[in-house]
Amino acid sequence: MKASQGYAGLVEEGVWSNNQMLVGLLGLCPLLATTTSATNGLGMGLATTVVVVCSNATVSLVRNLVRPEIRIPVFVLVIASFVTLVELIMQAFFYEMYLVLGLFISLIVVNCMIIGRAEAFASKNSVDRALVDGLAVGLGATLVLTSLGALRELVGQGTIFNQADLLLGEAGKHLTLYLSDDYQGALIAILPPGAFIGLGMMIALKNVIDKLAKRLSGLRRARPVPSTTQPTQPATG
Amino acid sequence: MKTKTILLAGSVLGAFAVGGVTVVAVTHEAVTDRIADNQYQAMQRKLTAILPAGASDNDPLRDHIEVEAKDLLGSDATQVYRVRHGQDPVAVVLEPVVPDGYAGPIRLLVSVMHDGTLGGVRVLSHHETPGLGDKIEELKSDWVYGFKGKSLNDPPLEQWGVKRDGGAFDQFTGATITPRSVVNAVKNTLIYVQEQGERLFEQAAETPQQIAGGQD
Repeated sequence: MKASQGYAGLVEEGVWSNNQMLVGLLGLCPLLATTTSATNGLGMGLATTVVVVCSNATVSLVRNLVRPEIRIPVFVLVIASFVTLVELIMQAFFYEMYLVLGLFISLIVVNCMIIGRAEAFASKNSVDRALVDGLAVGLGATLVLTSLGALRELVGQGTIFNQADLLLGEAGKHLTLYLSDDYQGALIAILPPGAFIGLGMMIALKNVIDKLAKRLSGLRRARPVPSTTQPTQPATG
Repeated sequence: MKTKTILLAGSVLGAFAVGGVTVVAVTHEAVTDRIADNQYQAMQRKLTAILPAGASDNDPLRDHIEVEAKDLLGSDATQVYRVRHGQDPVAVVLEPVVPDGYAGPIRLLVSVMHDGTLGGVRVLSHHETPGLGDKIEELKSDWVYGFKGKSLNDPPLEQWGVKRDGGAFDQFTGATITPRSVVNAVKNTLIYVQEQGERLFEQAAETPQQIAGGQD
């Protein structure tokens, strides 16, 4: 199935059915550390997307050049270079955002989601497919990071997209959503346990939606077809 | 044959290393001025916020010295920015470190006017607990504004502490250690500036390359 998959299938897999964060549980370190607000999550998600798209494209371009024995060091080199580039560019053009996320940007290097895509997909597929896969996976990660950030920010602080102008300029100010002024905030959501609890709830929600969708499609057909659940990637890293 | 394979693999790997380093180096060269400029401007905004508007006509970030007073200022080398108007001293801005924060050192920016009152206090970096100790941040609460205009005589020296210790400054619900140590560090900074007096203004400025620019 994998080889014949069209772009739409790639996108569906990257964003939903094989979402690297909700299904693969990869890249938990940035996920848990940076999602204290929706803005931070979005910034981290975008930075991760840029890196995964660039590294996927590069790895796919050189896939016939690189011998299997040295592929992992090469992937690491490629990823590290792109991460450093992103860090420099962020420092030059989004300095305020860099002050918030700076520490975690370098952690993208060790985000196993990115090397996972390089190894499992980009090194075996053509450039265009690797690009689409990178975009889809990045989008999936950004969605998870942003929603988890929004969730934690809302519960912990009573706002969503507070200080979005750091990332999006003046226009970002309109994005900010405030709950009532006297909301005290539940500290636990901002602290690290809040990240685990929030992520757990998001994974549960995804599974519930999947199950409902399956039941619906089962009802629609007269006879339910034998289930063809695709194997998910083992959780590593 | 085996050797050839190894050499080939090695040179491919080497080529990637060289390529990666080149791209990074070129980008670094291209944006390094912009980054320095960002740091400079960010620091300048912080200074302006804790100094009276239009009080100075020099560039304090370029008129700075490095002093050593670990007992009072908390670190081996503390930046001191001098604010002047013409020949007259207006204020000094220091970067003391609070050594005994709840979760590691807290870096402050403290401006002391020439008459010994505080122009303002800001937190440059800290690791305090979110939701509790982080109320020392300007973005989280107004607490840090309370220092403005205070001096060693107002409140009197023995009242430079949080209310729990019989002092004049508020603590936060659930966090006493953080405000206590910040208040103490600000007091020490005032003592240091008072001790040094005019000496802080008389030293020759450090060379411009050493501008700290507020990096962490």
